[in-house]
Amino acid sequence: MDINLITNILYMTIITGTPILFVALGELVCEKSGVLNLGQEGMMLMGAVFGFIVAYHTESLLLGFTFAMIAGVLMSLLFGVISMHLNANQVATGLALTIFGSGLSAFVGIDYIGKGLEGLSKSNIPLLSDIPVLGKILFSHDILVYISIMLAAVLYYFFKNTRAGLIVKAVGESPESSEAIGLPVLKVRYLAILFGGAMAGLAGAYLSLVITPLWADNMTAGRGWIALALVVFASWRVERAIIGAYLFGFMSIMHLILQGFGVSISSNLLATLPYVVTIVVLVFLSKNQARIKLFAPVSLGKPFHSNR
Amino acid sequence: MFKLESRGHDSKLLAYASPLFAGVLTLICGSILFVLLGKPPLETLYTFFILPISDLYGLSELGVKAAPILLCAIGLAVCYRANVWNIGAEGQLLMGGLVGSWAALSLLDAQGMWVLPSVLIAGMLGGIFWAVIPAYLKTHFNTNEILSTIMLNYISLNILLFAVHGPLKDPHGYNFPESALFSAAQELPILFDGTRLHLGAGLALLAVVVVWVFLSKTFVGFQMQVLGKDARSAHFAGFKDKKLVWLAFIICGALAGLAGVSEVTGPIGQLVPNISPGYGFSAIIVAFLGRLHPIGILFASLLMALMYLGGEMAQINLGLPLAMTGLFQGMLLFFLLACDIFIGYRVVINKRKPTRHIEPAVLSNPSGASTSNLAPPVSLENK
Amino acid sequence: MLRSSLKKLCSSLVFVSLIASVSANVAVANEAKKPLKVGFVYVGPTGDAGWTYAHDNGRKYMEEKLGNKVTTTFVESVAEGADSERVIKQLARSGHGLIFTTSFGYMNPTLKVAKRFPNVKFEHSTGYKRAKNVGTYFDRAYEGRYLAGVTAGLMTKSNILGYVASFAIPEVIRGINAFTLGALSVNPDVKVKVVWVSTWYDPGKERSAAETMILQGADVLTQHTDSPGVINAAEAKGVYAIGYNSDMSVYGPNAHLTAIVHNWGPLYTAKAQAVIDGTWKSENVWDGLAENALDLSPFNPVIPQAIQDQINAVKAAIKSGSLHPFAGPIREQSGAIKIAAGKVIPVGDLMGMNWYVKGVDGKLPH
Repeated sequence: MDINLITNILYMTIITGTPILFVALGELVCEKSGVLNLGQEGMMLMGAVFGFIVAYHTESLLLGFTFAMIAGVLMSLLFGVISMHLNANQVATGLALTIFGSGLSAFVGIDYIGKGLEGLSKSNIPLLSDIPVLGKILFSHDILVYISIMLAAVLYYFFKNTRAGLIVKAVGESPESSEAIGLPVLKVRYLAILFGGAMAGLAGAYLSLVITPLWADNMTAGRGWIALALVVFASWRVERAIIGAYLFGFMSIMHLILQGFGVSISSNLLATLPYVVTIVVLVFLSKNQARIKLFAPVSLGKPFHSNR
Repeated sequence: MFKLESRGHDSKLLAYASPLFAGVLTLICGSILFVLLGKPPLETLYTFFILPISDLYGLSELGVKAAPILLCAIGLAVCYRANVWNIGAEGQLLMGGLVGSWAALSLLDAQGMWVLPSVLIAGMLGGIFWAVIPAYLKTHFNTNEILSTIMLNYISLNILLFAVHGPLKDPHGYNFPESALFSAAQELPILFDGTRLHLGAGLALLAVVVVWVFLSKTFVGFQMQVLGKDARSAHFAGFKDKKLVWLAFIICGALAGLAGVSEVTGPIGQLVPNISPGYGFSAIIVAFLGRLHPIGILFASLLMALMYLGGEMAQINLGLPLAMTGLFQGMLLFFLLACDIFIGYRVVINKRKPTRHIEPAVLSNPSGASTSNLAPPVSLENK
Repeated sequence: MLRSSLKKLCSSLVFVSLIASVSANVAVANEAKKPLKVGFVYVGPTGDAGWTYAHDNGRKYMEEKLGNKVTTTFVESVAEGADSERVIKQLARSGHGLIFTTSFGYMNPTLKVAKRFPNVKFEHSTGYKRAKNVGTYFDRAYEGRYLAGVTAGLMTKSNILGYVASFAIPEVIRGINAFTLGALSVNPDVKVKVVWVSTWYDPGKERSAAETMILQGADVLTQHTDSPGVINAAEAKGVYAIGYNSDMSVYGPNAHLTAIVHNWGPLYTAKAQAVIDGTWKSENVWDGLAENALDLSPFNPVIPQAIQDQINAVKAAIKSGSLHPFAGPIREQSGAIKIAAGKVIPVGDLMGMNWYVKGVDGKLPH
């Protein structure tokens, strides 16, 4: 393999990993606050379709992305109301959200099948993108790639060094004691859920406006579920989520590249690999009670009845 | 500003009325939706909910569609009662279908009464095998079963695809990804001539009764529910909590595996790439709609199946696009999930801080350990 | 109090709806005596911009051609498991006289239903089992693939062609081989690289697959998957691509050379007319370019006129029957002669094709 090929593989790795990274970051924050939202696919699809529609009519990608995020937020609000205020089971509500979202997105998008769009162009960072090899891999992407990385950095800082980050974690650890010391548990969880929705919407629009600038039913093709696995794989750590997203991107690109070199592995068995690895990571983490407490939000998926 | 206030006890009246309330809301919102779409609302609702089951054949199809969902949901309910958050019924179902198909294909030329039971048992073992993995991980490594079972769902789907594209492919099938057709000795008997209602539906009903009795009348079932309510008390009472976790997983795996093998030996009659359009996931929703009670789940699974049948019917009779039916189904589920809040809570319309009640449901459930907001299972049945 | 009023409301709603729909049904039944009801069972959503979209265009074409002689119904995204039999049966029960089932997985369910409804005609696409009232149909997509190969072979500069493929089933392998033979017929130096994505539909993954082949030097791509992801990739990277299922030029005005377009409309129209006339019989229809069952979409002007003429000449030769894409000599990858010169491949070999011709790079996955 020559250097040009390797450069390009790494370049594609980053692009493939980006939408998953967005969803995973959103879900990570959500899970940190103790909420498990399985409606990622539904929220992504809504983001994808609204992003495409708005961009198609306004010819503004910025507006497209904005409305995609709004669509994601509205969907997550629905999830929040039903699972938080109305105390329905989170898993069931999330699954229902996915059914609802794929139906609604297909319905809204009916008239946009078979329409094309100018996608988001790459923005080379001046000077840096001229660095050989690294310049191509790291500094000649579209702006959202940089945003995803910056966002990850902000979140990393947020959880590590800010009071608000600690509050989110505390709420995820023990909502009862958090409430007892006066933390607004529901509010924190709502904000986390809405953030998750915005990120899922953005990820959906990344698919429909950047990777393949078009709308087609169910075009997310299961990426929301992969992101869900990724959060676990990353053991709820932001920096690991970045690595995990790019690792996933790398593996899926390598699977395609290797075929070109005559290496063929049963793709079905290969497709199980990320999930097997995730389980192994999970087992490794949870083997030690103390260690799991460092990572996994204890109250994940459990309802909370506010007494106030 | 609306505020929710605990009733202090679960309202029996609303326990029955809340599904009705959800139904009415769906009817109203559905009507508005259909009017906006230019479809006659009443006819559309009729097509959705009544036309599919307006004759014996329709009812039989309802049974065919509900059977796998019911089996999975019953198994899941056992797990959820024991506070075991198994999301993996889908994977267990697929494994059951796969192992059952493998057994059936190995016994393709065999004849006799023993063949079908062997195939069914193989399927159940397949489901159990897939369920004990998270059980082992949970009891030995304290691994969160929600996450491990989600992962295992994907793994089993890909193993199934591998098998049907590879080793289990029909050798005379022009390389298409399907197994050979099973023989008559391996197919589940049909309960009523002229329909597809197969023995699997009967087994599902049997499972409802058995699990009901198990949960409400046996000591192990009681232990399991205590474990679900309050793991600490269960521990102090000397219950073998690890064994109970295993048992919950095994029951669910067996039932989901049975659902899978019943699909391949029943209505499908061969192994195909998609033996389940997400029955294991629907079953999660059904388990909660049925409030984790076997009889409730029976009704909820019938409703869920009816929703799918109605969606097909609306496409056929009214030309309603699939996107619409998905939207409508999602809405119905939301209403059903949301309306149950009124069983334990009431709406208060002023801002005055409500006086605190002692809440038995929450008290018995200090860490919010049960994901069910409804909490009544034990008390309902032991009365 | 609340409950009783709720109950009243419910029962009155149900009652009203019962009356309304019963009367509506009677009306429908009276009207429906005349036109032939034609049902379609689709494996994907009509909005997939691919396989199902093309079938639905065929349905619309038929509706337009036959006017008030037919009414059509379709059911989307019908899972290929136990659900398909019920949907097919429901269509048969509700008075449809002709039912098209448009995916391979519907083969056995179609046959099961057909047994119970001897008076209803069924047409199953891409399968190989027939019955008295079940016919099968497909288009000789490989003829289009051959033309695509000719186009690619003439347009490539790098002599490396890329093929994004879904699953290693005969239909797909047949297409790869025809494409390769077409390319080799005009350019003996080409190599065809194949990437299997193991899905019919995942726009992002299809695009990645296309990009990996561009990396490995391919400058004309084609696909046997259902989304325009490959066209997107080619457009972004400045190479050419040949679409599939329908005209995909809107997704890549510069990259899109042409597309192999299924044209199910004429066949659907003919079959429906045959049922109306009482002349329908069970047969295996495998129409090609000659019968207008498929075609190439309009050429991108970037293809020089001389090349366009050459492609059209090949097309004419296939149409007239003087050229068969799978006429010998055809060599296997090993170089051994599979089909001797002067012979044409037997239909059985085409139906169950599981080997690559020489010129395809890489091994066939099993």
